[in-house]
Amino acid sequence: MNSRIPVVLLACGSFNPITNMHLRLFEVARDHLHQTGNYQVIEGIISPVNDNYKKKDLVAAQHRVAMAQLALQTSDWIRVDPWESEQAQWMETVQVLRHHHSELLRSLPQTEGPGHKAASPAPAAVPELKLLCGADVLKTFQTPNLWKDAHIQEIVEKFGLVCVGRAGHDHKGYISESPILQRYQHNIHLAREPVQNEISATYVRWALGHGRSVKYLLPDAVITYIRDHKLYNKSSP
Amino acid sequence: MENSEKTEVVLLACGSFNPITNMHLRLFELAKDYMNGTGKYKVVKGIISPVGDAYKKKGLIPAHHRVIMAELATKNSKWVQVDTWESLQNEWIETAKVLRHHQEKLEADRQDNQQDLPTQEKPGRKRKWTEQEQDFSPKKPLELKTKGVPEVKLLCGADLLESFGIPNLWKSEDIAQIVGGYGLICITRAGNDAQKFIYESDVLWKHRSNIHLVNEWITNDISSTKIRRALRRGQSIRYLVPDLVYEYIEKHNLYNSESEDRNSGVVLAPLLKNTTGAQS
Repeated sequence: MNSRIPVVLLACGSFNPITNMHLRLFEVARDHLHQTGNYQVIEGIISPVNDNYKKKDLVAAQHRVAMAQLALQTSDWIRVDPWESEQAQWMETVQVLRHHHSELLRSLPQTEGPGHKAASPAPAAVPELKLLCGADVLKTFQTPNLWKDAHIQEIVEKFGLVCVGRAGHDHKGYISESPILQRYQHNIHLAREPVQNEISATYVRWALGHGRSVKYLLPDAVITYIRDHKLYNKSSP
Repeated sequence: MENSEKTEVVLLACGSFNPITNMHLRLFELAKDYMNGTGKYKVVKGIISPVGDAYKKKGLIPAHHRVIMAELATKNSKWVQVDTWESLQNEWIETAKVLRHHQEKLEADRQDNQQDLPTQEKPGRKRKWTEQEQDFSPKKPLELKTKGVPEVKLLCGADLLESFGIPNLWKSEDIAQIVGGYGLICITRAGNDAQKFIYESDVLWKHRSNIHLVNEWITNDISSTKIRRALRRGQSIRYLVPDLVYEYIEKHNLYNSESEDRNSGVVLAPLLKNTTGAQS
């Protein structure tokens, strides 16, 4: 019997703000994994980064989490997890993966104790947590001092990566240029977005700051929230 | 410039909308921002006019589905509406005639509402399918456009502009009428290619001041063709089309290999019309 490996996809990032493109990453990744025949994607998690990441123009985490929640109101498999954003300091992606992985294991049905006959869950039934990202993130593995080598290794060895291609990025090339990635390439899934859709949050912030429409680039509910809370105005920090 | 001095504009988008996508909807937003941003125009309405079934394009599903999807897609828009007149005609109608129909309708509305302020935006009031059946209006010369009546302009992507070059797809007098009498707003990523195309055409060059090229900074390749292909392959189209459209497509299983085979081997209506006999 060919049973599929359950997978949970975790996307880390600023989500400043969340856009339709972020949401597409999940859809494309899920389709890709399903079409291999080996996986069953059971959940998607969006984990907005902590304010202490101190990226330019980053609005408060409570807003970014709220916007993601609004965006996911109509999704039956993706949810937002504010754990990372609620920590006292910024944390490395690998720590976030470890946290969610242990949460995942804790939520599994418990095995019977000694003296009972029931078996522990077969290895194939334990869900795998994979990091979902765009090809641009894969490229950042090459940026000196941005990622620790040990962390890159842990991500691809222990968890796995699902990387959705973007125009202008040669994700196969990024792998062949890195010995660590090459070694674990069986655990790196390269998905192609069939419909180019380059909605960058940077553009969205620019458009909002200049009074331009962003309708149809992100969910209506998120646009309303941005308006109500006066986020991303030109004058805001 | 005072609001009263600005030219009011209605954006009309013709096409298959098979199905409507977020990209189609973005065209309106980009065009409106651009035209309003010039300081000379005020965009007061957007109209989506799905083509009739008689167009006979391969893979074109029945108009009533395409109209409903467009209505679902514009449910939350305060200024973009769907018009069914074109889709209800028994024969295929040239784009220039659709433009003329809408321009004449605006003039007729203006004459009916001499005392009233022009209220083009009517939130919540959607035209019903049955209200659209109207006869052809008699031909009216373009020069008699009533002052103060909004001007209808054709909204399109670069693909439509460049289709002017496809033999027998457009009548040359129609092209002249569209760019000369109405005006074109063309959203494009490849501004240079579009400019080159205009430069290489005498009629487009002549009316270049009436052709507005708007740059689309975000690569947005959500074509209906790709949507239909994704659906045939069991791939997700979520977040590429409005949620209500996605749900409608799923519920009615609109697109599959059978639907894509519709009109297979049939000649496209404009090609048929422009090559067999009847030349005006």
